[in-house]
Amino acid sequence: MKHLLSTDGLDPDLASAVLDTADGLKRTLLGREVRKLPTLRGRTVITMFYENSTRTRVSFEIAGKWMSADVVNVSAGGSSVGKGESLRDTALTLSAAGADCVIVRHPASGAAHRLAGWLEGTGTSVVNAGDGMHEHPTQALLDAATLRERLGGIAGRRVGIVGDVLHSRVARSNIHLLSALGAEVVLIAPPTLLPTGVEALPVTVTHDLDAELPALDAVMMLRVQAERMHGGYFPSAREYSIAYGLNEARTRLLADHAVVLHPGPMLRGMEIASAVADAPSAAILDQVRNGVHVRMAVLYHLLAGEEDAT
Amino acid sequence: MSDQVLIKGARLYGEGDPADVLVSGGTIAAIGTIEAPEGAEVVEAEGQVLLPGFVDLHTHLREPGREDAETVETGSAAAAIGGYTAVFAMANTDPVADNAVVVEHVWRRGREIGLVDVHPVGAVTVGLRGERMAELGTMATSAAGVRMFSDDGHCVHDPLIMRRALEYSTALDVVIAQHAEEPRLTVGAQAHEGEQAARLGYAGWPASAEESIVARDCILAGHAGARLHVCHVSTAGTTDVLRWAKDRHRPGAVSAEVTPHHLLLTDERLATYDPVNKVNPPLRADPDVETLRAALAEGVIDCVATDHAPHAPQDKDCEWSAARPGMLGLQTALSVVVATMVETGLLDWRGVAKVMSERPAEIAGLPDQGRPLAVGEPANLTLVDPGAQWTVRGAELASRAANTPYEGMRLPAVVTATLLRGRLTAREGKIC
Repeated sequence: MKHLLSTDGLDPDLASAVLDTADGLKRTLLGREVRKLPTLRGRTVITMFYENSTRTRVSFEIAGKWMSADVVNVSAGGSSVGKGESLRDTALTLSAAGADCVIVRHPASGAAHRLAGWLEGTGTSVVNAGDGMHEHPTQALLDAATLRERLGGIAGRRVGIVGDVLHSRVARSNIHLLSALGAEVVLIAPPTLLPTGVEALPVTVTHDLDAELPALDAVMMLRVQAERMHGGYFPSAREYSIAYGLNEARTRLLADHAVVLHPGPMLRGMEIASAVADAPSAAILDQVRNGVHVRMAVLYHLLAGEEDAT
Repeated sequence: MSDQVLIKGARLYGEGDPADVLVSGGTIAAIGTIEAPEGAEVVEAEGQVLLPGFVDLHTHLREPGREDAETVETGSAAAAIGGYTAVFAMANTDPVADNAVVVEHVWRRGREIGLVDVHPVGAVTVGLRGERMAELGTMATSAAGVRMFSDDGHCVHDPLIMRRALEYSTALDVVIAQHAEEPRLTVGAQAHEGEQAARLGYAGWPASAEESIVARDCILAGHAGARLHVCHVSTAGTTDVLRWAKDRHRPGAVSAEVTPHHLLLTDERLATYDPVNKVNPPLRADPDVETLRAALAEGVIDCVATDHAPHAPQDKDCEWSAARPGMLGLQTALSVVVATMVETGLLDWRGVAKVMSERPAEIAGLPDQGRPLAVGEPANLTLVDPGAQWTVRGAELASRAANTPYEGMRLPAVVTATLLRGRLTAREGKIC
């Protein structure tokens, strides 16, 4: 693996290998007092975040540090970016400064792909930590890790993704990864929050959450961003919550084994009720925990060489 | 230098037997079997096709304001090499061509350079802001003699402003060219709204944003008795609206253009995220391309216009959403038209003359362009080698910028000579 830019087109065997590595790392670290492996000693990982993020940046940073990589964080506010430097120049600069891996989050769809193109031949790997409305592949990998753990596998499982699919890079990455791993993906959203052309994606689409819940093995609730609430995509937060929010009554429609996911940050009371988020069926903190191991595994596959990984 | 040129052995409109064409004093002096007069420059043209010089209703020359991307001089060179004898320079310069001073500057620069007739397009509204009508009359009666007005790059979206502009234009006998894009439907839009955008995470530019404005404007133009020209038609649905409008309105009330890139390229290209493919309106889907070609052949779309849009490297070598929309077109237009319309059997060379020269000249009201290849007519001519092929290299194009989407593509047909009022302006890809 040279870069991790998207799950669209990602080889399912490679994805499974990353998930297996993550499992192995998790077991290795379990119960250890010192959670530090020497694997990436001497390697330099730079996170480059052009959007605010707590969980993703911290997760990557911890992943790098637990692997003994030198991790440097660059944010748009505290770098030359603020002086109007182009993305290309910033990327080339960080690469020239010695980055073995650049982890990038950017508001433009395709930014990570562009970066990988500009860094061609430099030996620097690129990880997409979220690009615009396009993809967030490590989120999908950590969701897959969590589903594997909770459900015992992914193939043949039915996963509902609920909410703002239109603007969601989490949804796009999950659609491709989960279907490549053999899951059935159902999108449940108001028509205004589904992309035109959604039929090109490997999914089925419905607007009726209640009808869909009993058949689901997992339900993934997407965050509804504040600007959508005032953007005319639906009449009111209340009406959205009534139709698409996961409240306690609704969770009773789910099968006993079904698991509730949320990529965070959550809007409690809006897309997910507080009691649902904190119930045992919710795997939300497992997702965060698995996120570190999955990102360790990704860095391992990128930086420790493919032959070592398999 | 002699003012006589003898073009030997070309087929006029690609029809009939080869003939010699003698050009003298800026006009076509004789057609037949002609011995070269003493001192005449001879252009050997066996196997080649002679056409009236091309007219581009839609060019961005970037002067004044962005001379790092293109100038009237470099754009004129690209035009002449591409076979053009007249181009219309859009108003979205800096400062905007919304007054007589700017349009006269562009017009005068075109005359000084003398490679192609540069006709400035005046802005419809002050600063292209869509709020207040620009001084159309002053620009029309200026030395530049502006005949076409457009806020291209922006839509005159306010229906009342558009209505007033159309009404006002009737007294000046000018045409209003609309960039049809309902801005409320394209907030943040980055790519054709469809399967590709859904997959790649681009905010969609829906076909309805173009079609709804075209429908509205056709109705407004009909009521005003005005002439509306629809810029860069990009969707299949727009051709339905145009067909309806042309059936309903008097001839010439509504005209439309299509760009070469919308005849050839689709949004399949967007998967690389390379903004060289970013253009407004965006590259559409296969069914749109098929329908646009058919509509051009049928005459529902009147002509081809390049929307030649040079951009400096830093405006393209960036992330998609930060890149400026637009692509070079002047030197590749004929080849793309041949690839999409001639090689497919949709148009013959007579048809190429119509869509690249005659109709655009009529729409803009140019009396000396798009004229028949006949004795006594102005010698604005383009000579084409239909059998030749060439490989596009952005760095080798005459434009200052290099943002061609056809980089590395092998395209059919080469413009071998261009004559403006009897004078060779370009030959074999070089300026004369």
